[in-house]
Amino acid sequence: MTGAQSLVRSLEAVGCEVVFGIPGGTILPAYDPLLDSTKVRHILVRHEQGAGHAATGYAQATGKVGVCMATSGPGATNLVTPLADANMDSVPVVAITGQQSRPLIGTDAFQEADICGITMPITKHNFLVTDAADVPRAIAEAFHLASTGRPGPVLVDIPKDVLQEMTSFSWPPEMRLPGYRPTTRPHGKQVREAAKLIAAARRPVLYVGGGVIKAEASAELLALAESTNIPVVTTLMARGAFPDSHPQHMGMPGMHGSVGAVAAMQKSDLLIALGARFDDRVTGQLNSFAPDAQIVHADIDPAEISKNRRADVPIVGDCKEIISELVDAVRVEKENAATTVDLAPWWAQLDALRETFPLGYDWPEDGTLSPQYAIERIGALTPPDTLFTAGVGQHQMWAAQFIKYESPRTWINSGGLGTMGYAVPAAMGAKAGVPDVQVWAIDGDGCFQMTNQELATCAIEGIPIKVAVINNGNLGMVRQWQTLFYGERYSSTDLGTHKHRIPDFKLLAEAYGCAGLRAESRDEVDAVIQQAMEINDRPVVIDFVVGKDAQVWPMVAAGTGNSEIMAARGIRPLFDEDE
Amino acid sequence: MTRHTLSVLVEDKPGVLARVAGLFSRRGFNIESLAVGRTEHPDISRMTIVVSVDELPLEQVTKQLNKLVNVIKIVELETAASVQRQLLLVKVRADATVRSQVLETVQLFRAKVVDVSPEAVTVEATGTSEKLDALLRMLEPYGLREIVQSGMVAIGRGARSITATAVR
Repeated sequence: MTGAQSLVRSLEAVGCEVVFGIPGGTILPAYDPLLDSTKVRHILVRHEQGAGHAATGYAQATGKVGVCMATSGPGATNLVTPLADANMDSVPVVAITGQQSRPLIGTDAFQEADICGITMPITKHNFLVTDAADVPRAIAEAFHLASTGRPGPVLVDIPKDVLQEMTSFSWPPEMRLPGYRPTTRPHGKQVREAAKLIAAARRPVLYVGGGVIKAEASAELLALAESTNIPVVTTLMARGAFPDSHPQHMGMPGMHGSVGAVAAMQKSDLLIALGARFDDRVTGQLNSFAPDAQIVHADIDPAEISKNRRADVPIVGDCKEIISELVDAVRVEKENAATTVDLAPWWAQLDALRETFPLGYDWPEDGTLSPQYAIERIGALTPPDTLFTAGVGQHQMWAAQFIKYESPRTWINSGGLGTMGYAVPAAMGAKAGVPDVQVWAIDGDGCFQMTNQELATCAIEGIPIKVAVINNGNLGMVRQWQTLFYGERYSSTDLGTHKHRIPDFKLLAEAYGCAGLRAESRDEVDAVIQQAMEINDRPVVIDFVVGKDAQVWPMVAAGTGNSEIMAARGIRPLFDEDE
Repeated sequence: MTRHTLSVLVEDKPGVLARVAGLFSRRGFNIESLAVGRTEHPDISRMTIVVSVDELPLEQVTKQLNKLVNVIKIVELETAASVQRQLLLVKVRADATVRSQVLETVQLFRAKVVDVSPEAVTVEATGTSEKLDALLRMLEPYGLREIVQSGMVAIGRGARSITATAVR
């Protein structure tokens, strides 16, 4: 068989069900056998960036490896943003790219780009396959690398003449990765050390990151939280890892986190970081972050531990194993302890904070529709297992704040890279992975205009996602910063989507074969959401025309410490007074 | 900041040097010296990297290096417990009037002359970077026409081998 046939056989053997991609010159040989595959479905997207984010959305929704495919040169470079995105958010993705034939490599041939060189810093690993006999091994290794340890994107670059070359196929191939040995079993001594600190802490907080979702450790987390009565915060990447309805849940920490969650971390004497990475958007100014806290840091990536904040007890391993061992170790520790620590004073402090500073929003004074309300109603009216994706900006923060997440893999967004335009293609990928679940993309009008071409893909391929465009006519988050920090000088943030209604999102949706709906006032909101939920034969786009002056609060201004959090504009909770 | 010498065993694959060098530059670490060569194992190359960093950043760079799939093992070689050598070739202006003085300096440093012409001699020397610096300072007054230096290579003292346990 050919290298291309070997590639398709390898994809089938490794369990790949869906490939998002676009054919082109050098990847053409691979598309021929793909036509005959009954196991691998190819979804023809409209832009390679869409393929990459779709693969990410698919992976985040299913826990499986997402796969995208593109031709050499521009096809491959269009995957750069999604690969960087997947790398930042540790998403298992395999990208397969065509490459110019071996004799042409290095000659600036047509559609030649050194995609291995280009993606070196933004992939977990990449391969240039130079022999057709190596195709199965490269695919097996790529899937293994992408999905184990700290997950991440892997790119496999295959020259056209390698795809055309005759070879033999055997599965499973022998993997040769002598330098790759992720630690999954935690060190028992470290777990016991952590348990000692947990049992003795007076103001502990479970700081939960996206690693808990990737490790499928939500049940273990619930057991640990309930057996210890320790408050929980879930980062932007961990929304859904712990039920929002749980009384121990203090909400999301960080730049736009709840006052309760931010305060809990600032006042804590012990942060138990689980699959989290002390990102600058969570810590604020690092040297004033959680000044009194000791740190237990559990992560599968040893390089994350003590990268930003020194850990007192580092634990390297898989979060699922670590947390379940912690549950037992803390119990043993408590049984043997002479006295038990009463967390009631800590809870009294936190309860007071969350009662005084609940998440909320004001209705715009100009009578326009509140964006937060529209998002909140979508969360309230959709079934509890609904999956949400988001773009990046105000709508993303509101979707993280005002939709309640009860289970993992119901919230998918671009956390680390902050990729505008993520929502629609990610929703497409997610819906392809979990077709029976209702999938909503909460998007902004700026983001939506970056990737809405994939609505065509959704309409034609039968992927009926629902898109809520929170249309404030502006690049809202940038505008908010201009309001707050640049003296209300609005430089290049008005998109004209209000003033000129260009484009008209309702008509745009219809042009793409989707249903187009619009809501411009409070009393229309529930009706359009209901209507959208009743349309399941095609994608739906709702244009929520909202006010441009709504802002995301609370907020820790960039470069300041978390204790300087503002609950709302001009309202600063004084943490020190209630001690 | 202190100077650290890292011995890095890597798979002998295309692009490994670019991966390692790229990692140092994008994480903001400066490589002072780098040497790459084969080892007694056909599939393994060894890089000796000298880097000036504090203790905590060193831990971070080591961990990041370890994440590279092609990196098999990293060992920090302490100066006292290892032999460290660099190779220097230097072309010194040395006509008949000063040649004997130049040759005297060369002998003092146990270096040797590997090429000679009427106006210049080429000197080969090995040693630690301190020794080579001292040699260059001594030769400088005669006129240094061209200098080329290898990266540092280093090996631990004693019978133990860092490659023995790296290969399974």
